[in-house]
Amino acid sequence: MNANISYLDGNAAGGELSSIFNVDLTAAEGQCANCGAKRRFADAHLYVDCPGLVARCATCEHVLLRLVNTGDHVFLDVRGMTYLSVDAAPRVSGEAKSGRVPSE
Amino acid sequence: MAGTEVLGRVTWRTGKVVALLDETSSARTIAIVVPDWPGHVAGQHIDVRLTAPDGYSAVRSYSIASAPNSDQRIEITVERLEDGEVSPYLTQEVAIGDELDLRGPIGQWFVWHIDQTEPIQLIAGGSGIVPLMAMVRSRASAGSTAPFRLLYSVREPGAIFYRDELTALSEQGESLIATYAYTRVTPKDWPRPAGRIDAELIASGTWPSSLRPSSYVCGPTSFVEHTTDLLIAAGHDRKRIRTERFGATGERK
Amino acid sequence: MAIISRGFAGRRSTGEVKLPPGQYLTTDFPVLSAGPTPRISLDRWEFTIDDGTNVMQRWDWNSFRDLPRETITVDLHCVTRWSKLGTSWEGVSLDTLLANVKTDLPFTMFRSYGDYTTNLPLKDLVNKQAWIAFRYGGTDLAPEHGGPARLLVPHLYLWKSAKWVKGMTLMQHDKPGFWEGLGYHIYGDPWREQRYSEE
Repeated sequence: MNANISYLDGNAAGGELSSIFNVDLTAAEGQCANCGAKRRFADAHLYVDCPGLVARCATCEHVLLRLVNTGDHVFLDVRGMTYLSVDAAPRVSGEAKSGRVPSE
Repeated sequence: MAGTEVLGRVTWRTGKVVALLDETSSARTIAIVVPDWPGHVAGQHIDVRLTAPDGYSAVRSYSIASAPNSDQRIEITVERLEDGEVSPYLTQEVAIGDELDLRGPIGQWFVWHIDQTEPIQLIAGGSGIVPLMAMVRSRASAGSTAPFRLLYSVREPGAIFYRDELTALSEQGESLIATYAYTRVTPKDWPRPAGRIDAELIASGTWPSSLRPSSYVCGPTSFVEHTTDLLIAAGHDRKRIRTERFGATGERK
Repeated sequence: MAIISRGFAGRRSTGEVKLPPGQYLTTDFPVLSAGPTPRISLDRWEFTIDDGTNVMQRWDWNSFRDLPRETITVDLHCVTRWSKLGTSWEGVSLDTLLANVKTDLPFTMFRSYGDYTTNLPLKDLVNKQAWIAFRYGGTDLAPEHGGPARLLVPHLYLWKSAKWVKGMTLMQHDKPGFWEGLGYHIYGDPWREQRYSEE
């Protein structure tokens, strides 16, 4: 449906978003305020080739989120999402350090 | 506690290049030691920032190729793009001993955890193999027996990354089933003509949807869109397909 | 403190030219976009000037192309720090488009196909400072660079040169457009390095 494939996806915004939030939003579920679609933020169409980040709904292309990092400040507009939902207890575990499942 | 470090605000750190390995004529693996590296999960990436003496800087994302380990050492594999701004520098100029600004690990969605037991389908387009190789390596080092299949699409045989390692893993029992697809030039006597992945290759070269695998698709945006459409047409649940797009040229900015 | 990357210069050339502060010279033409490239068919294209209530002027593609046009050579300065000098365009001057518009409204908002907007004072559009351009480098303006037609205001940062323009609304008060409302400067003069909002 998209004739123009010059976008990335929400994964590529992980670094910028992680620099202001204490939680990685790539796995967050968001609802588009325009069409109501509920998708993982990682699936959003991300436009990075402009003076900021623009994440658009993969279903209707409406703007979900915009971010501008001026160096001194980060501006964030999330009016395009009705909500963002993250797991309260995300899985992180000791696996990250040792590469093995913790034996508890 | 280990968990809190991974979740903390991601900040810039400095890593030191300790090894370089050419994977193909245009791609190189860079091994970086990062003091206080909090560990990572297969599929995550780092952002690398290069700064010129006059202050000009450029940031690019690179998937971590190595499995989680406790050595504070990570590897990225960078493909040199013709008109890239950062990849020519990383593949040709960077030397052992150089320092790099990086932040990460980043990503909570396009990840494979070693306690996942369901069948896994990995589909790579070109340099999209990198995060999927981290998953393959993570599975091997953790001793996991989760059923893994890889469909790896490249332009031509010389473009395959990690060829020997993938061959060795495919030949071990209980291990990886790897299928290759070539879009421009095939090996001699290859049964399938050069071309994009199609419905027939999905049917013959990937887990059937009845097994309800979790699928990970990575590569240029158009490859990811096309492959995802094929998986859904083959009956896979969209919610079980995770994707990571590398942009039209394969370089993620 | 950032590590200086030994031997890194980026995709830029150094030269003796005078650039606005903080800019780097580039020889390619980066495509920067906040969304998918709109595909507008010429029989649907129009450009309107309104005052928020009434449409004061409207052109379709044919009547727009019948207007007197000019060829100009200008320098482009993008807020992402690249500058491209000596670019050649063909377009219709805003002086021509505003010739029959009588107004005392001092500000404008340009609207593009898609959802992009940008604001400019009216006085920055007149007296040979702005064009609606439809050809670049001798050929029709490509969609990814704003075709069929884009605004071109070279004395301000390039984000003010809205791609895929469809109309201009005259306003009593200055209001921020797409980027001006999210940290970018309301005016955007590259020579005074007005990249970001000052408050």
